[in-house]
Amino acid sequence: MVHLGATIQIAIRSLRANKIRSGLTTLGIIIGVAAVIAMVAVGSGASLQLSNQIATMGSNILIVLPGATTVGGIRAGTGTQSSLTIDDAEAIRRECSAVLDVAPFSTGSAQVVYGNQNWFTAVVGTTPSMFSIRDWNLTSGRSFTDQEVKNMAKVCLLGQTVVENIFGQEEPLGKILRIKNVPFVVIGVLEKKGQTPTGQDQDDTVFVPITVAQKMLFGTNLPGTVKMIMIKAKSAEELPLAEKQVNDLLRQRHRIGPKQDPDFTIRNLTKILETARESVRVMSFLLGTIASISLVVGGIGIMNIMLVSVTERTKEIGIRMAVGAKTWDIRLQFLMESLILSLIGGVLGIVLGIVVSKSISSLAGWPTVISPFGILLSFSFSGFVGIFFGFYPAYKASMLNPIEALRYE
Amino acid sequence: MALIEVSNITKVYRVGDLEHWVLKGISLSIERGEFVVIMGPSGSGKSTFMNILGCLDTPTSGTYRLEGMNIGGLGRDELSEIRNKKIGFVFQNFNLIPRMNALENVELPLLYNGVTKRNRRERAKRALELVGLKDRESHYPNQLSGGQQPRVAIARALVNNPAIILADEPTGNLDTASSEDIMALFSRLNAGGITIIIVTHEPDVALYGRRVIRFRDGMVIADERRSPSI
Repeated sequence: MVHLGATIQIAIRSLRANKIRSGLTTLGIIIGVAAVIAMVAVGSGASLQLSNQIATMGSNILIVLPGATTVGGIRAGTGTQSSLTIDDAEAIRRECSAVLDVAPFSTGSAQVVYGNQNWFTAVVGTTPSMFSIRDWNLTSGRSFTDQEVKNMAKVCLLGQTVVENIFGQEEPLGKILRIKNVPFVVIGVLEKKGQTPTGQDQDDTVFVPITVAQKMLFGTNLPGTVKMIMIKAKSAEELPLAEKQVNDLLRQRHRIGPKQDPDFTIRNLTKILETARESVRVMSFLLGTIASISLVVGGIGIMNIMLVSVTERTKEIGIRMAVGAKTWDIRLQFLMESLILSLIGGVLGIVLGIVVSKSISSLAGWPTVISPFGILLSFSFSGFVGIFFGFYPAYKASMLNPIEALRYE
Repeated sequence: MALIEVSNITKVYRVGDLEHWVLKGISLSIERGEFVVIMGPSGSGKSTFMNILGCLDTPTSGTYRLEGMNIGGLGRDELSEIRNKKIGFVFQNFNLIPRMNALENVELPLLYNGVTKRNRRERAKRALELVGLKDRESHYPNQLSGGQQPRVAIARALVNNPAIILADEPTGNLDTASSEDIMALFSRLNAGGITIIIVTHEPDVALYGRRVIRFRDGMVIADERRSPSI
């Protein structure tokens, strides 16, 4: 048996004898590996981005919106009817066993003023539950209490965007902010939450007790009505049960018969995002598959060129057999050649793949995630491709009849 | 015990229903240290016989014993090992590998015998020195003259200390002067104790042999021993 070092030397020497051919064959593997790495990076980037968005929404959340109004045959759209009340929210909290917490919303927009600064922003009236439902923490100060909601305390919490635009470097805690000319004391600042999947800046918001929003800022058509109720289920498994319980309860409270359309809508945000996540997953899988196909095509290129090489070197094989090369000596020689081609292709492909991923990130602005696991995987896959597609030519070479091989011209 | 002992060897090729008898029952034995020339017209079966002696081919029937070992029924790798250890080939067109220099060509049998790199180098150099090509080690085959190429082939044949050197028309492509050189080299090696078997159809070459076996139509028609005339 030939020493491994000698086998490697023989292989490198014969690859160098055909530099252009070896280079082009390697290019097939380079492109394949680079494609796998770049596509996997794009796929994991997309799913990471989505996971982050899901995390900012809070998990296991249902949203109940009032139904649509119809005035003179014109239907005004979801949320225009004043059919949901704070009492509904309380009833849901009390009676639905799968519900962990409930937060009603009364929202609007207003010009907020501090000193000589002003800013147009979203004003959300809600209860302290909202912050725990959405896993939204404070960076400073405190949240308002249930007691302050009940007492209509004029206090507010600010999102980061509002802080930046109104206060700049100034400390906002304890300052008086005027919303629609009503003075509010800033008692807390919320941590940065980022954008929703639809691109809304969640930090461009001022939070006030819902009672204050209803009575002093936006008013209500009917006493106690709310624009939205946010519900957190006890767990992901209980989310469908919670949806059913809320639906049954509200139908009963609003006296809606089994055949009638309800005057409210329940939206399952997690479900929507899960669907998006699923489509990202499918997309990543497709991208990876297509990229893998190009790697396989590169492997076929190796096999093709190795077959040519075996035919060209039939005589050399015959000589080697005549002086004592055994089946596996010949086989290993050709396997080593295809393995070296594919591993060189693998290494260069990894470099190219990383470069391409970074370029996609900076040019197209897509996030990409290059995982060491993906690199290792595509490198070993390229090695596997080299051995798999190199085996048949190597086998063919080792099975030549020495006499016929020697006669070959 | 004879070095080579063949008894009633046949080689039959089948093409469709046709049987082509290339060897029709050859029996002979060759002792250690002999210098044998096998002669015959083309198609007489001498090359096929040579391939069988060289373990490149196996007979259809009959037995072939090399150093007492029965070659029939051995597998590819076992035959490879016998070629490597016991037989040195000198082919008609020398069959040097063009991408390798003289030294590397000579090293080749040692490579497949698992000899370490340093030993390979040393033994290959010694073999090249023996055939008078000490200063041509790093030349590639196409940089060697017509008379030097067979010397490299001979160096390769004897580098692994084989029991036999088999040469197939070694002077077929050479001018008279080179032919004489090469044959003188074979004689010298034979004098050193190596068994040499040469296949040729040149009567001049046959003069160097101490035993001439003539083939015709797959059979031995003459087997003469004599003292070499040159």
